[in-house]
Amino acid sequence: MKKIFLVLLVSIIGISVQAQEKKKNKNAKAEFKVEGNCEMCEKRIEAAAFSVKGVKSADWHADHKDIHLIIDENKCSKEDVAKAIAAVGHDTEYAKADDEVYEELHGCCQYGRIE
Amino acid sequence: MAQYKYWCGPNENGEFTIKKSDETTSLVVSYIGYNTKKIEVKDDSFLTIQLKAVEELTAVTVSKTLKSTEHSLYKATNVQTMGQKELLKAACCNISESFSTNPSIDVNYSDAVTGNKQIKMLGLTSPYILIAEENIPSVRGASQAYGLSFVPGTWVESIQVTKGAGSVINGYESISGQINYELLKPANDIPFFLNAYAGMGGRYEINTHFNNKYSDKLSSTLFVHGNTRLGKNDNNDDGFLDNPLGKQVNILNRWQYNDAETGIVSFLNLRYMNDEKQAGQVSFNPETDKLTTNAWGSEIDTEKIEISNKTGYVFPDMPFQSIGFQNSFQSHTQDSYFGLNQYDIDQKSYYSNLLFSSIITNTKNKFTTGVNFTYDKYKEFVAVNFARDFSRIDNSVGAFFEYDFDNLDNFQVVAGIRVDNHNRLGTFVTPRLHIRYNPWKDAVIRASAGRGKRAANIFAENQQLFASSRNFSILNSDGKLYGLNPEIAWNYGLSFIQDFKLFGRDSGIVLDYYRTDFQNQAVVDVDFSPQEVVFYNLEGKSVANSFQAEFNIELKKHLNFKTAYKYYDVNTDYIVGNLQKSLQAKNRFFANLAYETHILDKGQQWKFDATYNWLGEQRLPKTASNPVAYQLPEFGEAFGVVNAQVTRTFSSTFEMYVGGENIGNYKQNNAIVGANDPFGSYFDSSMIYGPTFGSMYYVGLRFKIK
Repeated sequence: MKKIFLVLLVSIIGISVQAQEKKKNKNAKAEFKVEGNCEMCEKRIEAAAFSVKGVKSADWHADHKDIHLIIDENKCSKEDVAKAIAAVGHDTEYAKADDEVYEELHGCCQYGRIE
Repeated sequence: MAQYKYWCGPNENGEFTIKKSDETTSLVVSYIGYNTKKIEVKDDSFLTIQLKAVEELTAVTVSKTLKSTEHSLYKATNVQTMGQKELLKAACCNISESFSTNPSIDVNYSDAVTGNKQIKMLGLTSPYILIAEENIPSVRGASQAYGLSFVPGTWVESIQVTKGAGSVINGYESISGQINYELLKPANDIPFFLNAYAGMGGRYEINTHFNNKYSDKLSSTLFVHGNTRLGKNDNNDDGFLDNPLGKQVNILNRWQYNDAETGIVSFLNLRYMNDEKQAGQVSFNPETDKLTTNAWGSEIDTEKIEISNKTGYVFPDMPFQSIGFQNSFQSHTQDSYFGLNQYDIDQKSYYSNLLFSSIITNTKNKFTTGVNFTYDKYKEFVAVNFARDFSRIDNSVGAFFEYDFDNLDNFQVVAGIRVDNHNRLGTFVTPRLHIRYNPWKDAVIRASAGRGKRAANIFAENQQLFASSRNFSILNSDGKLYGLNPEIAWNYGLSFIQDFKLFGRDSGIVLDYYRTDFQNQAVVDVDFSPQEVVFYNLEGKSVANSFQAEFNIELKKHLNFKTAYKYYDVNTDYIVGNLQKSLQAKNRFFANLAYETHILDKGQQWKFDATYNWLGEQRLPKTASNPVAYQLPEFGEAFGVVNAQVTRTFSSTFEMYVGGENIGNYKQNNAIVGANDPFGSYFDSSMIYGPTFGSMYYVGLRFKIK
């Protein structure tokens, strides 16, 4: 009983220490792959990223296809941003876009989906 | 949902199987080098799919030469950036001359005595333009007349020309626009640069830059400039030198500290300049004739010392947030005489600006805020028909806030406001607004409005009038600046740019309309009497309207053509009634043709550049009450001037150039009124509307160690 209690106690302390260690960063940098082709994609992708509360800076460029984010982790996560981007038709590392949305993208934005 | 299937290759017959999904009937097949094909699969039957090869799939490198002057489509202000390529088009010598290939700025032919080329923007002279060196106001107060000629062209990396009100960050003084020039940065400069120039009329110039990188953080460049004009020339036979004799030594030592890890960038500039000019009658000898009536002559000696520092810090985890601090101390001393008139001015000034930039929620909403402080101690002595000491101390402190909203698509608004307290201008608010809208592809519409207020340095800004027999008088006495009130003006502007393809070539048009409306102006009236210049507060209206239409096209690869038409209506209510501003052409036409050959392996290249400037007739100050021999026509005639230059680059380290200015050899012959009697009451050398020297040819070389 005592042992169990001790284990419980240690694990609780452990969790709280861990929680403290993982203090949420107000200016967390994140980057991940976002599929897209052109300037129109750039505008759409960045606009979608900015629609998520907590996104302070979003930079995507067709050349390297990485989105560079600075986010307030108290308000959102990079997965939230990925979902928002996928919702407007662009596949990301963390979330894929629905076919219907993809199909409706402008012709030049129809990035090669299947390799 | 889509299913993805990747395979390394089919079996020997090119066959493979895919399990059909229940959710879709589409099958998409793609392969590099082939067009992607999408087919509908109805049943489980065997399919033969043939992919069509993409025609000519080869790696293509797309390269585009940067335009020498860029009109931005995505900035809120109407700003043009002139790069080094543009600056090289005018091989000589200082930045006042580098605008001769830019239609937005008019380079005027200044008086024969100082040889200084005044610039104008939107029909207003340079005092109404805020001229800054890396965002620290540089040409102001005592240096207003000659300041641009104290910046050698080779020191300059780029020039930004902003038409209209401009930002509040740099101050409240700009009315018609802002010119900011960036100096070469030691961190990315080449180890050694040499430029030598020789022009007809005995004009020589040398520029050397020595760069040293002490570590990956610390670097410095020593810029040494010298120029001299030795030849006595009188090509229009009026007994007066067409250009002043002169010599200048100008030294700048620039240090840069860059630390990418901590986000600190810092610059330190140390500068010394000495300039001497002598002008007047060819026979004038300063040793024996200074301030006598033996012969008419003038000397202008200027010494300038400057120490400035700017430091910027970018927050490492927040690249959108930064702090900047600028500091500048300048001492400018001018001792001069013009015939029997004397003018001495000494200005010691300190300027500092602290800026903080960041965002509100995200980078679509940016702001910059800060405070600045200016202190100017003037010692000014004027001896004309009166002798008076105008020494004074001016100081001001101000705070500003600028908000920048950009929807990252087609709309941007920059709204700024500042509040200043100045010991002579009082406490006042300066609002500025800029809007950008991109209605469709490759087009931009901009609108701007703003207020400017300034203390006119009536003598420093109108020094050319000392070279006349005019009496000076100031009609008001209750104001705080030479008895006059501060100048206040509103500027409104609209501009439209459209880039398009014409016969498959890149081309574009630029349309601009700007209006400046003075609420008060320190009016400089030379029309009241040809024997007088009268300064007074504006009563009535004073406006400057300017319209510009520009068209540019890349006629063929490496051959660019640019043309512009400009219309100015600048009029002021003077004592004698409303008049068009004198020495201002209502109509101007500009054309520039630039061609360069393709750069060969070792950097060999030819560059050709020709500019045509046509100025319509210009109203001349009234001289009707003078005896007939000392009268000028009501208008100066229209004329055109061609400048051209050829540059031969032998390798990436060595090039030579040869060029000509005013190739048609146009000369204004009646340039100096009463030149035969310079101490009589009709003498006036301030009514110059065209070149006096005639055509001028030059050669030069540039050598670099990379």
